[in-house]
Amino acid sequence: MNMDESPGIKDPLFLTHWCMIRNNKVMSESNADIFHENLSTFADFIRALYKKENPGYPKFYKMDNLSKLGFMASEIVLRNSRAAEFYNKEKIGVILANSSSSLDTDMEYQDTIRDKSDYFPSPAVFVYTLANIVIGEICIRNGIKGENAFFICEKFDPALLHLHISAMFDQGRAEACIGGWVELLKERYDAFVFLVQKRSFSGQKMPVPETLIPFNEENLLNRYLNQSY
Amino acid sequence: MEELINKLKKEVIEQLNLEEISADDIDADAPLFGEGLGLDSIDALELIVLLEKKYGIKIEDPKDGKKIFYSIRTMAQYITDHKKPE
Repeated sequence: MNMDESPGIKDPLFLTHWCMIRNNKVMSESNADIFHENLSTFADFIRALYKKENPGYPKFYKMDNLSKLGFMASEIVLRNSRAAEFYNKEKIGVILANSSSSLDTDMEYQDTIRDKSDYFPSPAVFVYTLANIVIGEICIRNGIKGENAFFICEKFDPALLHLHISAMFDQGRAEACIGGWVELLKERYDAFVFLVQKRSFSGQKMPVPETLIPFNEENLLNRYLNQSY
Repeated sequence: MEELINKLKKEVIEQLNLEEISADDIDADAPLFGEGLGLDSIDALELIVLLEKKYGIKIEDPKDGKKIFYSIRTMAQYITDHKKPE
């Protein structure tokens, strides 16, 4: 850490944008219901969300469900913030976490190799049998080349996310960071993806949200637990 | 041959999750990779699986893939030439 990055004069960090996807609903920092559609499966729900948002990225259809979930949440955060337009792509970090890793896709892949008489391992499914592929998809889509990590932990852990994201800023390795929880197993899904920025926004002429929420564990937890979702 | 080509178009769309493309959108003679459908290396592997799963055809030499998977028509021709009699 540089001497001029002591806690006293450190540029504070803010939670500026976020997106929550759970219970057939999509919400963002405005708390407005961006999308609400009662469909019977996650696959139908996320496809309907994609069509509504219309990002024009057909590769979405090739992704596994975990990547689709993280991808759509990040699309909404990055669309609202326009961070990918204003920041150096090498200084945008991505730190995500979940509890089921890529188990949902691991099981789908296992189904393709379970029966020796019907043994057709799918390469397209196999490539998604790692949780951090979600980050890869977000980075490829937006040209992001910053530092990234995907953690597996029992439940949403604001302390872990806060620690790692803050460290990236403190050590000058990020000017903005996408963070969050992207969990999916079968029909149980829960995404909370957010953007952390400095007050100065790196001197960019980027639109500044009216309300700046300090980036800390308490605010992360409060937003994650928001009962209105 | 035309019947097989139409069947193959639908199978390729399903196997490769080309959700926004219909069979009518695919030109049987257009290149599948690069231009055309813009398929990638993972798609190439999925096409190999498709041939084996649906038609019982195993590609022994990967170098042949470039010719076989040039277009839907070349795939159909390869299937016609190599499909085992039922």
